[in-house]
Amino acid sequence: MGLLALFRSKPSSARIAKERLRIIVAQERSTRDAPDFLPLLRRELLQVIHKYVNVDPEAVQVNLEREEGHEVLELSVALPEKQGA
Amino acid sequence: MTEIIVVTSGKGGVGKTTTSASLGCGLARRGKRVALIDFDIGLRNLDLIMGCERRVVYDFVNVINGDCTLRQALIRDKRLETLHVLAASQTRDKDALTEGGVQRVLDELVGDGFDYIICDSPAGIEKGAHLAMYFADRAVVVVNPEVSSVRDSDRILGLLSSKTRRASNGNGGVKEHLLLTRYNPRRVANGEMMSVDDVKEILGLDVIGVVPESTDVLAASNSGVPVILNDESDAASAYDDAVARLLGEQLPLRFLEERRRGFFARMFGG
Repeated sequence: MGLLALFRSKPSSARIAKERLRIIVAQERSTRDAPDFLPLLRRELLQVIHKYVNVDPEAVQVNLEREEGHEVLELSVALPEKQGA
Repeated sequence: MTEIIVVTSGKGGVGKTTTSASLGCGLARRGKRVALIDFDIGLRNLDLIMGCERRVVYDFVNVINGDCTLRQALIRDKRLETLHVLAASQTRDKDALTEGGVQRVLDELVGDGFDYIICDSPAGIEKGAHLAMYFADRAVVVVNPEVSSVRDSDRILGLLSSKTRRASNGNGGVKEHLLLTRYNPRRVANGEMMSVDDVKEILGLDVIGVVPESTDVLAASNSGVPVILNDESDAASAYDDAVARLLGEQLPLRFLEERRRGFFARMFGG
């Protein structure tokens, strides 16, 4: 098992776990002290965008960043790549 | 000076009560006066792990309600005379614990000159967990190297930094430590389990102990003798190291690598 693992090109499950956690923990931390309306805001934005573009739910990110003296609400929407005709 | 330590985790079944019992015993064994309080109202268990379940007459809620004195409710450990247990109540009333009530009991223990009060938190983020952490000076966050436990620990860290007395007083906040349990060095080496460094990196906290996965832990709870008291166990040594670090000693982490098995053990799969 130990030797086999060395030759396997697939990332180990521990590494997958770490990567997944790194992303979700960072995301949850960024919304930790954020106002409660953020998830709802994100959902409604997603609905509106959906009327025009077929985006993946994961493609809409809403972040609230605190800087000295002011807050920045950052919204990013990753549009899907153009499908071939 | 009394130090109030909460043992918490968010997720259930990761070893909070086992850890509370062992840290309490370890501190008492070093001559500290320790009170262990079970905050898991409705699901009393610390008494079983400590082996004093048949000596519970009064509980935490009885003291809060004034049915008895604190002295009557504290169970003195038969092995370590400076160690005391305050059992959780078995009531189903969720509101049995109140902030004022908990504070009165803690204040009385502080006035009594206890060195350490260890609050064994229930799982989850409900009232019991909130009150267990609210008055803490320090937190030991028990975590298994597993995705759901790590994520829940991060949630708990968020609460520790916002929903505690120290956080609201601006008293420098609660001092937080990680304690890993069920650590399996062989699986870590095989890439099947996250390492101490992985967990440390994700949660961004110092590690006060790593307790290897061990059959001694179940044996200890079976018999009501906290695992730290089993001199032959690696888990006991790991907990004792954690106690030393709580007291400020600098010790390297042990049991992070698989123990080299002897020829016979390998041959016969011992």
